[in-house]
Amino acid sequence: MSELAVRIDGLGKKYRVRHQRAGYTALRDVIAEKVGNLFTRNATTSNSTYEDFWALKDVSFEIRRGEAIGVIGRNGAGKSTLLKILSQITEPSAGRIELDGRVASLLEVGTGFHPELTGRENIYLNGAILGMSRAEIRRKFDEIVAFAEVERFLDTPVKHFSSGMYVRLAFGVAAHLETEILIVDEVLAVGDVEFQKKCLGKMSEVAQGGRTVLFVSHNMGAIRRLTERCILLEKGRVRADTSSQEAIDLYVKESGAGWANGTFVRPASRPADAPFFVERVTTRPSLDEGPVSTFDCDQPIVICIDYNATRRVHGLYAYMTLTRADGTVVYEGDSRDIRVNPFDSMGAGQSRLVVKIPPRILGPGTYQIYLSFSSVSDSYGNQIDSPGIVGEFHLDDTATPRGNHRNGYLSTILDWSLRPVSNDTRELIDQ
Amino acid sequence: MTVVLEPNRAEANYWRSIWRFRELMFFLSWRDVSVRYKQTVIGVTWVLLRPLLTMLIFVAFRRMVGLRANEAPEAILVFAAVLPWQLFSTALSEASGSLISNSNLITKVYFPRLIIPIAAVATALVDFLVTLAILALLMLWEGYAPGWQVLLLPIFVVLTLCLASGFGLLLAALNVKYRDFRYVVPFIVQFGLFISPIAFKTQDVPEQWRLLYSMNPIVGIIDGFRWCILRGDVPLEWFTLACSFLVTALCVWLGLAYFRRVERGFADVI
Repeated sequence: MSELAVRIDGLGKKYRVRHQRAGYTALRDVIAEKVGNLFTRNATTSNSTYEDFWALKDVSFEIRRGEAIGVIGRNGAGKSTLLKILSQITEPSAGRIELDGRVASLLEVGTGFHPELTGRENIYLNGAILGMSRAEIRRKFDEIVAFAEVERFLDTPVKHFSSGMYVRLAFGVAAHLETEILIVDEVLAVGDVEFQKKCLGKMSEVAQGGRTVLFVSHNMGAIRRLTERCILLEKGRVRADTSSQEAIDLYVKESGAGWANGTFVRPASRPADAPFFVERVTTRPSLDEGPVSTFDCDQPIVICIDYNATRRVHGLYAYMTLTRADGTVVYEGDSRDIRVNPFDSMGAGQSRLVVKIPPRILGPGTYQIYLSFSSVSDSYGNQIDSPGIVGEFHLDDTATPRGNHRNGYLSTILDWSLRPVSNDTRELIDQ
Repeated sequence: MTVVLEPNRAEANYWRSIWRFRELMFFLSWRDVSVRYKQTVIGVTWVLLRPLLTMLIFVAFRRMVGLRANEAPEAILVFAAVLPWQLFSTALSEASGSLISNSNLITKVYFPRLIIPIAAVATALVDFLVTLAILALLMLWEGYAPGWQVLLLPIFVVLTLCLASGFGLLLAALNVKYRDFRYVVPFIVQFGLFISPIAFKTQDVPEQWRLLYSMNPIVGIIDGFRWCILRGDVPLEWFTLACSFLVTALCVWLGLAYFRRVERGFADVI
């Protein structure tokens, strides 16, 4: 058994992009085109031109047995293509890959789940699809059901499951795969916070259990927690292959539409019928100053959320969480925490929601801001807008001797004082 | 066990992989069969009704046209042909569309893609076994006992499966890239219904057409089924049988070769 579990050398994947035709290839069109070519002198086809698009080019790296590495990059950088090739779903166009050990891939949660079959039946089906033998599934059945917490619903067709249960079941099966190499693609981004914690915990167990793991995620907190080494892909090439921290910092810095320098510009486009849409988020030390991403613990952090509303949204409230680098949620709250929800008096048009984090509360470190906007009473539905993770800010503690070495979650300055104690009171205490 | 991935490199252990994933074949088949009958009221009865109704229609047709059958009860004569035809047409239809309907698996999980059409053929086999049971009941009712020839029936069942698989693989692979082919299959089935000896016997076909007619591989299969079930009273010609075997072998080879060749590109095109 060699040292290396995965060896990738000069990997490339080319797709032929055809300009012109949308839709499926029909045999009659191919025949018509070819016949047309017989009559024209030139080689250029009349209807379409081709362009070679390299989704991956010159990718080379090695993974040692038992190592857990992360793969990050913008959307379209080639991460999923890389995983597809490693999973043998598609073929490389160039280069060579050596895999030592069986590979199980989690590219999607609930692959092959059929809505008409019961939970029990789907566990067997999904397990078989992922490569487990019937005996193996039977052995792990109870563990899977316990992890997914769906004991009561095992014999109900899956189409009656809530989305949470569905996802828990799907992940439960996948989490118990026992191959030497495991590839996981963004599947940690499912479910509520509780479940994500559970998934993260399980993945962490897997990573430390000596299996070779490849993670792809946009959740930098998860990547930092689960991996020590990270590959940053950019436009199909390996931009960096270093420690996770370095790779993430590089990624964050490079992201144009990301959270550079305290400003986050929403890359997604507004859905046509959305009454409320967040366009920009900035973090500043005060309303009069420009956006920054690094603060001192003594400074307040003012989060400015610029939005555009086409009308008043009834019962709208803003929800925010702050998460530390290790994935811990240190703050969760929403705009109804204060007596009067500011959105009660909102109007249409562009406006700005301002949220102030007082100084000297959060400890030094890096935090991710997660935002979402909901309503219980509006006609549009419950989920009004979910920008998701909009930014990161960094806190430094420069004012105290302990400074950035401070552990714990807070940087609150407590009131430490010495008081004289009289003899009478000391007697009272000693009794 | 080291696996090497390179462009244009066929998987070294393909058949071993298929063996490794044999349980998946069973699960996919089981899934299709279960799902078909969940939440249906007459679902199970449909499997029973279909061959019986087909047989009745053909018997009525024969009466109308004036065809006579002396060798055996007419119902059994026709049913003996409906049986393999149904197996073939169902297996072919299911197999040729199987890759498209399982496209979500093809783009997300790895296993030898051959498993998908084979599982589809297995699903058709389940229906066949039910229909076979109906035939047994029918023969019981007519008081018609089969001879020793019936023991050779499995050979013809396997032949049918091979023909359907070979053809099915070819069409399934073609259908992934050129979606036109989904129109081809219903046409083949309809056309085949007329040129195959279901409503009539091979002996009813005029001599001058016999050679051309025997090129249809189903002819040999249906004649074989009839020979086995009807105590050899309906003759089986060597020539037709040989044609069937040859065309089937050709189909299997062609289907398999083409499928293996284009298999690597499925996830990119589907």
